[in-house]
Amino acid sequence: MRAMSPIPSIKPAPRLEARGITKRFGALAANEAIDFAVEPGEIHALLGENGAGKSTLVKILYGLLQADEGEMLWNGRETRIASPRAARALGIGMVFQHFSLFEAMSVLENVALGLDRPGPGLAERVRDVSRTYSLPLDPDRMVSTLSIGERQRIEIVRCLLQSPRLLILDEPTSVLTPQEADALFGTLRLLAADGCAILYISHKLDEIRALCDRATILRGGKVVGRCVPAETPVRQMAQMMIGSGLRDAVAKTTRPAGAVRLKVQGLDLPPATLHGTALRDIGFELRAGEILGIAGVAGNGQGELQQALSGERPVRQADAVMIDAVPAGDRDAAWRRRRGLCCVPEERNGHAAVPEFSLIDNAFLTAHDRADLVSRGLVRRDRARALTRRIIADCDVRAAGPDAAAATLSGGNLQKFILGRELAQDPAVLVVAQPTWGVDTNAAAAIHQALVGLAEAGGAVVVISQDLDELLMLSDRIAVLQGGTLSATLPTDGLSSEHLGLLMGGAGAAAAP
Amino acid sequence: MSAEMLVSLLLTTMTAATPLLLAALGELVVERAGVLNLGVEGMMLTGAVSGFAIMSLTGNPALAILTAVAAGALLAAIFGFLVLSLMSNQVATGLALTIFGTGLSALIGTGFTGRPVPGLAKLPVPVLSAIPLVGRLFDQDALVYLAIVAVAAIAWFLKSTRGGLVLRAVGEADLSAHSIGYPVLRIRFLAILFGGAMAGLGGAYLSLAYTPMWVENMTAGRGWIALAIVVFAAWRPWRAAGGAYLFGGITVLQLYLQGSGLLPIPPQLLSMLPYLGTILVLTLISSGPFRARFSPPACLGKPFRPPT
Repeated sequence: MRAMSPIPSIKPAPRLEARGITKRFGALAANEAIDFAVEPGEIHALLGENGAGKSTLVKILYGLLQADEGEMLWNGRETRIASPRAARALGIGMVFQHFSLFEAMSVLENVALGLDRPGPGLAERVRDVSRTYSLPLDPDRMVSTLSIGERQRIEIVRCLLQSPRLLILDEPTSVLTPQEADALFGTLRLLAADGCAILYISHKLDEIRALCDRATILRGGKVVGRCVPAETPVRQMAQMMIGSGLRDAVAKTTRPAGAVRLKVQGLDLPPATLHGTALRDIGFELRAGEILGIAGVAGNGQGELQQALSGERPVRQADAVMIDAVPAGDRDAAWRRRRGLCCVPEERNGHAAVPEFSLIDNAFLTAHDRADLVSRGLVRRDRARALTRRIIADCDVRAAGPDAAAATLSGGNLQKFILGRELAQDPAVLVVAQPTWGVDTNAAAAIHQALVGLAEAGGAVVVISQDLDELLMLSDRIAVLQGGTLSATLPTDGLSSEHLGLLMGGAGAAAAP
Repeated sequence: MSAEMLVSLLLTTMTAATPLLLAALGELVVERAGVLNLGVEGMMLTGAVSGFAIMSLTGNPALAILTAVAAGALLAAIFGFLVLSLMSNQVATGLALTIFGTGLSALIGTGFTGRPVPGLAKLPVPVLSAIPLVGRLFDQDALVYLAIVAVAAIAWFLKSTRGGLVLRAVGEADLSAHSIGYPVLRIRFLAILFGGAMAGLGGAYLSLAYTPMWVENMTAGRGWIALAIVVFAAWRPWRAAGGAYLFGGITVLQLYLQGSGLLPIPPQLLSMLPYLGTILVLTLISSGPFRARFSPPACLGKPFRPPT
């Protein structure tokens, strides 16, 4: 509304204006001649795919990186942001995507660390700010005991205590329930009404339409468009963001359900780490041709569930996990894999794949049994190479070749490769965790298509994800994992993300208005 | 055992514990910053021989102690450069530092073996030292008091000062500390220097006060015990003091038992006690219910590369 109206004669300078910002890493220009401006009181969206250069730009604005070229104007005056400390001194606050928090410390200590001069009476000021902006927070709690939503509040409160004039939020809702996201939007609108400029980085178009006054769209490190989100169709924004060749999302199909392929009952598992979540009495059934979605906020036992299903952590009780009616609960991952239960864990580098190993070696690591890559104890390199080539071709993996190290692939390509590796083993049951986390839209569509393809071919698929849109689109049924227990499975038809959000927030949130 | 005897045992326990405590406190600070320096033994030996050499040449105890501190810090600076700037493996570099320090100290010490020097002067605490019997416990050299003051100072620094908070933050989540704007590598380097200085001081205590002489390899594994004490103490200064006194006590007790001949146990077995104690403690606290309560700094031993 502001920028679209004719420029008034005495227009106040933008809070922050970037002119011609360029940043190169070797031959790659992560940012190229980027211009944009954020006005006081404006919520400005920075929209783009993964790898579009959003994060680089934000790091430059917060002083974590220095631009090679270009200048920045703060309230109309040229300025140089040499460090995060300098950014904070100007009045720039930053809420990171991967939080900059310290698990083993209290909320208060975490807040103090983010302030240059904490001063006395900090606990009281934390309580004040959290009341004013309805961000409930107990200063004495340890961070490790807090939910993701609460952790984000620490970051926001930490910024607000410095009375920021520009608040930058990097993908803030990627880890929140819909209800938590709504509460965040309320806080941001309150802040903007106070005259704070807000730079909101996201790739979620619906959110940007609901929240932001203006948007600057990045692609390949360049500004490719600007718009008023409320007046621009979603498809048009997506087209600008992705460029040519926007893939359509998979269409919902109904598949006939076959025999029970995976049955889980009374599954208990202690937490994997000090700050993990114990699984309690997990139970569900999964039939051939079905996709079951497991929704839930991160840290509610997703990691443990993946480990329990894949066999990375077997349990005593053999019938807790049954694959094709064979008890497998006490069997390890290799045994379950031979039986046809394959798994794509959340962490691509270091869990699903060895970053330093070639794609051939990575393919071998899980596929050696079912793809018959070993003969008399010796690795059959030729077969492993042929398999790797086939995965690369079938799944459209962009890699230098089968000998390329896994670490050289982009997140989306590595994920396509890992999924392809598991699909090549013709799994009876496939467990995938966060299949499209940090993956660009087109790769995500390809991954979704592959999962649906497996179900159509008679496989059974468990998708553990925090992305409700993804689950609603893919799954036949959805269950919610909350505090280590699994809800009843609900048919996806007629299920809304609001309903799921309430379940994800637990019974307490469901009771709240 | 007479009261006189008990006080004597306590007295020797304090002196035996002091070098362990000094070195352990230094390493504790290093590890709280997220760095594992296994070179404590080497830094102690280098400190011991440097201090002894200066004492023997100048007769000035203050200068001798300062030299030992500087020598320990210098060795630590090499370690810091290798693991922070060149990002070498901390375990391998620490082990190499111990081997290097052992060899270097033997080289420096060749001309000094067997030379006598006067021990550090006793500084009696007014009033307390006049108490009959236990008064002897308050008539010790400066480094014994310094070690105890250092425990309080480091505990206070880590808990109550901003510098301590930032140091812990760097050891807990280096990436987070970096993104807020703290100079992770600089803080770690300073911590490493401090650790080296304290190890050098601990070494100097051995060669200037505990047994005022230089013998090759005279630390006899105390650097490793100091490392174990840090884990035993769960990275907390006051517990480190407890640990050092416990290990010091065991050492003294086994010497006493050997000398008294009260128990029909071969002296070799008794000499093993402090080392067996180390293994026992490390096994106990890394297993089962203890584990959660004794969790190390989350970034301990991990190299930090500032992201781009």
